[in-house]
Amino acid sequence: MHETTIGQVHSLSIIFFILFVLGTLGITYWAAKRTRTTKEFYAAGRSITGFQNGLALAGDYMSAASFLGIAGLVATSGYDGLIYSVGWLVGWPIVTFLIAEPLRNLGKYTFADVVAFRLNQRPIRAAAASGSLITVLFYLIAQMVGAGTLIKLMFGLPYESALVTVGILMIAYVLFGGMLATTWVQIIKAVLLLGGATVLVIMTLYQFGFSYGELFKQAVTTYGDKFLEPGGLVTNPVDAISLGLALMFGTAGLPHILMRFYTVPDAKEARKSVFYATGFIGYFYILTVTIGFGAAILVGQKLIKSIDAGGNMAAPLLAEVLGGSAFLGFLAAVAFATILAVVAGLTLAGASALSHDLYVGVIRRGVANEKEEVKVAKTATIALGILAILLGIVFKGQNVAFMVGLAFAVACSANFPALVMSIMWKKFTTAGAVASIYTGLSLATILILFSPTVWVDIIHKDAKTAVMTEVKQIEENAKSRIAELEALKAMDTTKVVAVDTEMLLIKEKTDAEVKEAKSKMPEAIFPLKNPAIISMLAAFLVGIIFSLLRPEKSAEQKFEEEKLRSYVGIGAE
Amino acid sequence: MKEQKTAHEILQDPDFKKLSGQKNSISIVLTIIELIMYFGFVSLIAFNKPFLAQKFSEGGAITVGIPMAIGVIMLSWVLTGIYVRWANTKYDALVKRVKDKIGG
Repeated sequence: MHETTIGQVHSLSIIFFILFVLGTLGITYWAAKRTRTTKEFYAAGRSITGFQNGLALAGDYMSAASFLGIAGLVATSGYDGLIYSVGWLVGWPIVTFLIAEPLRNLGKYTFADVVAFRLNQRPIRAAAASGSLITVLFYLIAQMVGAGTLIKLMFGLPYESALVTVGILMIAYVLFGGMLATTWVQIIKAVLLLGGATVLVIMTLYQFGFSYGELFKQAVTTYGDKFLEPGGLVTNPVDAISLGLALMFGTAGLPHILMRFYTVPDAKEARKSVFYATGFIGYFYILTVTIGFGAAILVGQKLIKSIDAGGNMAAPLLAEVLGGSAFLGFLAAVAFATILAVVAGLTLAGASALSHDLYVGVIRRGVANEKEEVKVAKTATIALGILAILLGIVFKGQNVAFMVGLAFAVACSANFPALVMSIMWKKFTTAGAVASIYTGLSLATILILFSPTVWVDIIHKDAKTAVMTEVKQIEENAKSRIAELEALKAMDTTKVVAVDTEMLLIKEKTDAEVKEAKSKMPEAIFPLKNPAIISMLAAFLVGIIFSLLRPEKSAEQKFEEEKLRSYVGIGAE
Repeated sequence: MKEQKTAHEILQDPDFKKLSGQKNSISIVLTIIELIMYFGFVSLIAFNKPFLAQKFSEGGAITVGIPMAIGVIMLSWVLTGIYVRWANTKYDALVKRVKDKIGG
């Protein structure tokens, strides 16, 4: 087993990191002069090309958690990690086919613009902003807690200092440089992450003579056939489908992703940008999976798990083994940059929901001048940034993995159905949209609270642990008793029959005891880990029923105008 | 600018009908293909693990499940490519025709 320097302060990673910070702050300074109007603050003046936006979308989406987490999952559980990574990509084609172009043609800055296009502004804006903010906040908490933990693991920097550093930098990017600076931070991060991962994969494959066959052969030699077969990740098919729905349609309802489509000049560039983004993200997951398998063989599961039980350090450890501490330092700095790019995008999306949808759309009833709106957006940025730091500290050490799941569940239940129906369905009404959004939002949240992930694993954690310990105790007692009897049997062959009956009795008794102990296991009120299959379908259903019950003449009349603009782009901003 | 047509009139135009009809069909067909592909893969994991666990080739270590998972990722990208290619050539030409007609 080799020695690792992970967790120590590396001068090289500090240098890389400082270079990144200086570079991005320089860009922010440059962008600040071009960030005065709302169009500039929210949408970078619509000056981003399709290719640039493709990279920025990838930079917005590929989180440190998915890079380190998926590489770790593959390294520790093999094929199951690969299954998991596929789910993170399949939402992108849906964005391409159904969302990107109409969204760009119909809206201005937020997806609420599209939902509110022909409906009653205030109730829609309030509802859509709630959906956006809940999605963004849960996603942000998960990122912040992950950031603090990862930076502590990699640099040895205390959790709170890491959060404050991340928070201040993200506020600086968004506050001064708006969408333009955020975009370039995301582009640089995407290039660094894709470049770093590519180099790591080339170095890995070099060890196996550039043959995946050889790589997998060695994986099987070390960890057995099971390593390349589907294991315990998918046990309940309904749960698997529900998670699939959340990942697929949730991607098409993430406010920070949707917002990026307003940064390009027209629908054509919007469509191109999703194509590039899908390619980059797919390539990234293939790299990450390769890195995971490489780490399992070249670093070894034992060392990976000894540093972090979840396997999060698999990729950095592999970098250290193959490229020494210089490469480890580079990758650590890239992970830091990755975190920054994602949280900046989230903060900007949250700030625009607060300023564009809630303040201007609801409080000021759509009447506010540019200067005022930018000012509110900037205030919202500072407030959200501070809130993110505080929430990160509040949730320190908590299990926040479910929060990303919740963000996706809310995105696919509250945001996606209303967005799709407003684009496609003539008879969709304000009542339908409002009911659909709040149904999706509340159902997704409540069902997650009652699900095994939160109700059993978090709220009734102690009871669960107690039951597990008791079961283990009973089984161990039985085991030692049986071992005694076996020994007795071997010594005195005349007692074979009596001993066998006794053993049978013990086994029966143990089974009964285990069953009784397990009956005390806290049970989830809602059986699925992910509620999407219920909450998303309910949101669609409620939206349809309320629209049919409360028809809206004006909305129906405006549909032709919307349709023309959605398909042809006439009147698009 | 030529005569102003109302949205209603443009929507009745055969060119617009062709454009929206084609776009709806291709979007929906591609979405359904993507759904079948991904949920087909998930169903295999849920209901037919032994199929995915088979060795891909005699003597090799790679299981059928590995190229299949990578295939879902790559095909998803190919599908977006097909859509973008269609839209860049066919769809944009139709949009231009409709726009020319209304002088927009």
